[in-house]
Amino acid sequence: MIADLCKKMLGKSLWLFHTNCGACNGCDIEVIDVLTPYYDVERFGMKLVGSPRHADALVVTGSVSRQVAPALRRLYEATPDPKVVIAVGTCAVGGNIWFDTYNILGGADKVVPVTVYIPGCPPRPEAIIYGAALALGMVPKKVKPQHEQHVPRGFDLDAYIAKWQDTPVVAR
Amino acid sequence: MFKAKLKEAVICFGAGRVTLKYPFEPSPVPPKFRGKIEFDARKCIACGGCANVCPPRCIVIEDMGEVAKITFNLDRCIQCARCYEVCPEKAIWPTDEFETATPDKSDLKSEMIVWMSTCQRCGRCFETDNAIDKFESKRWRGRGPGEANKHGIFPIKPPIDFSMPGSLVREPEEGQGQ
Repeated sequence: MIADLCKKMLGKSLWLFHTNCGACNGCDIEVIDVLTPYYDVERFGMKLVGSPRHADALVVTGSVSRQVAPALRRLYEATPDPKVVIAVGTCAVGGNIWFDTYNILGGADKVVPVTVYIPGCPPRPEAIIYGAALALGMVPKKVKPQHEQHVPRGFDLDAYIAKWQDTPVVAR
Repeated sequence: MFKAKLKEAVICFGAGRVTLKYPFEPSPVPPKFRGKIEFDARKCIACGGCANVCPPRCIVIEDMGEVAKITFNLDRCIQCARCYEVCPEKAIWPTDEFETATPDKSDLKSEMIVWMSTCQRCGRCFETDNAIDKFESKRWRGRGPGEANKHGIFPIKPPIDFSMPGSLVREPEEGQGQ
């Protein structure tokens, strides 16, 4: 019973450790903005802590560069279980415009398993709150992929694409 | 000093609540906000302009002969809306959707397949819709009997509003264009 009570009382109070893995400081300012009285994220029990050993969640900003990747891995291993990794910003989600650069790994999920992705360059403070609330299971997921096609009726698209991909490039 | 502190306390009493109730109440976006992009496969002519200007190369166009497959890797989209600016048909636009956080990265991958007919003589692609079909797909021609020619034969401004919330480009003025 005490375990259940503890889970209920303490389960939703995420302590965040903020990691800059090569960000431009844009996302970091938005993360700080979320802690201001206007977007008061401390009402959900979230606050920044100074050590990963005190943290429940890692907030990763920035496209992870090769130099910082081992440090991020060590931070992840230093965080006690159970832990949440929140990738804030397009850099940490997919690498932004540096996704194929030689010194950038292109996203936090190349180094650590990410729980919630918050795209945006930088994301709105509301979007960060939404992502944190999504990690806590307070709000439903809204985004879904958009698949559209405009082909004539009767055109077998799947068969055509399979045939096109089987065709060698020289014969196209 | 004591007076000043007292004044501060009085001001604090009058300030009221400033914190947004955001996750429980919607928070409207400011004007010209650029959020997640959306597209319309009926309007797209697969010219590749958006793929050419996209800074993070998030729009990838793949020419497959009779169809063109356009992939949107929104996980690295920086919401610059350059695609919206260059699109000649305004088939892609930024919405004001910002709640795009997801635990699954495959939610951020969209796809569009556009039919491209090839010319029998030169083998290159061209638009399949003829001009009259295009009018209908842009709703310049009504579908019902009363709606047809409601806006004249060659209307200058289409009735559908292309000025999306994230509009950066000024729409053509009345009397220009065409």
